[in-house]
Amino acid sequence: MSSGDVWILGINMTKFGKHTDKDTVDLAAQAAMAALADGGVTMADMGVLAAGCLMGGGGIAQMIQKQIGQTGIPAYNVSNACATGATALRVAYMSIKSGECDFGLAVGVEKLSGVGLLSGGNRKDDGKTWNRAGRYGAVASTDGRIGTDTMPGVFAQVGMEYAHKYGGADFKLFAQISEKNHAHSTLNPLAAYQKRFTLDEIMNDMMIAYPNTRAMCSANCDGGAAAVLVSDAKLKTLSLEQQRRAVKISASVLTSDPYEEACQVLPDVNTLTRSAAAQAYAKAGIGPEDLDLVELHDCFATAELVHYDNLGLCKPGEAADFFKSGATWRDGSTPVNVSGGLESKGHPIAATGIANVWEVCHHLRGEAGDRQIQGAKVGLAHVIGLGSACGIHILEKSGL
Amino acid sequence: MSEQIPFVEYLHLAPTPHLVAHQCTSCGARFFDRRNACASCFGTSFADADIATEGFVRSFTIVAFAAPGIPVPFVSAIIECDGTSVRGNLTNVTADPEHVSLGMKVRLTTYVVGSDEAGTEAVNFAFEPIS
Repeated sequence: MSSGDVWILGINMTKFGKHTDKDTVDLAAQAAMAALADGGVTMADMGVLAAGCLMGGGGIAQMIQKQIGQTGIPAYNVSNACATGATALRVAYMSIKSGECDFGLAVGVEKLSGVGLLSGGNRKDDGKTWNRAGRYGAVASTDGRIGTDTMPGVFAQVGMEYAHKYGGADFKLFAQISEKNHAHSTLNPLAAYQKRFTLDEIMNDMMIAYPNTRAMCSANCDGGAAAVLVSDAKLKTLSLEQQRRAVKISASVLTSDPYEEACQVLPDVNTLTRSAAAQAYAKAGIGPEDLDLVELHDCFATAELVHYDNLGLCKPGEAADFFKSGATWRDGSTPVNVSGGLESKGHPIAATGIANVWEVCHHLRGEAGDRQIQGAKVGLAHVIGLGSACGIHILEKSGL
Repeated sequence: MSEQIPFVEYLHLAPTPHLVAHQCTSCGARFFDRRNACASCFGTSFADADIATEGFVRSFTIVAFAAPGIPVPFVSAIIECDGTSVRGNLTNVTADPEHVSLGMKVRLTTYVVGSDEAGTEAVNFAFEPIS
């Protein structure tokens, strides 16, 4: 431990899936109380709360307080697309880092079961007279007329762009990535889906946006996740057991898009991820070769491929060969998404950026049961929200 | 002949159909919508720039499942037109992976989206293969 470090003291994710009897506040409160209990602390200890519920409107932080404890601490409502959870975590991290408080609570929650496509909406009937509207002065809806607004289509293009640039990736390879993640999910009891699919089943599933079939898309589901963070100085005053289970945040990085040609035509999920990864490795003083496991943002199978390259897990341009080598399966050299990833664990948006940290912590603490990556000491959690925002956290096992 | 208007402001129909971007006069970055300042260099001066009407497919997807009311399947693509990236649909090509390929050469074409009550036709752009 060294002065200025921030640690995860307690962390929890709910079962991801369909929670018909719970609303977002129930799920958030359940995760938050479990994270507090996991850390051996209470709301009375917390100095800051940051929370997000992307699709559920504002005010989730205050609603959580009313549900589990109102103490007058600063409450931040966070909204940052699919990086909302990671952003909430980073708000708590920065509050502690700045010296304003010793403990912080970050919460992400979402209810998305059965929602379907998250963007695009219904195409309205064209108006009776053409009137220009929007940033491009369009006289009617552009989705489907000037490209696609749907996420499966956007991320299909992200993967196909990589395939065009470097070769080696095709429909089958993207489907094999999905095969891996679904296979991994069978060991994760908290995953929304724990079904292993054959490659044929994945490739012959309903096509959503070529080359992404339904099985290759993130699963809409309900879920919450929460983390309790603590300063290094305060952690030293806690029990040996709390110190032993605490996980060090070696790097917490958030980036947005720097300008690149085309970034406003097709979202550029690459440049900001590469930048975040470089910053995170420098801050943590480690390299990608030191990672024992990685949870990255496989919102679609086509996205996972490009992030092997963006996170520096392979040499530039060699993501397809890297995957074909078996490196990212749970018995490979760099296990990726051993939780099952967003494709099978599920993607309750604002919860995702904390749930992936939970997964890494679970392994670093040696508490991951059947899916434990043996001897895991260092892990990385990555999320990306279109627009764009990229959050990366590098986590290290306590030396105790 | 009924009056025709472009579907979006950055499509110009005359003298022949082509796209027009707002180009930063300092660094050359191009934007299809209006800007207060350049996202690349923060310059505040822009001039119109005609975009090449031929290019190649840098990426594509074949959308099979879309919002209600949108006909599927259709091909959404990113076209690189002489260094400028453009988003658009591919047309006059069968929407399946056997007929659409990365790197295929395409050119801009137009079609009538529909007419409003005044009989004015809205004309949109798409890209078609150069055979």
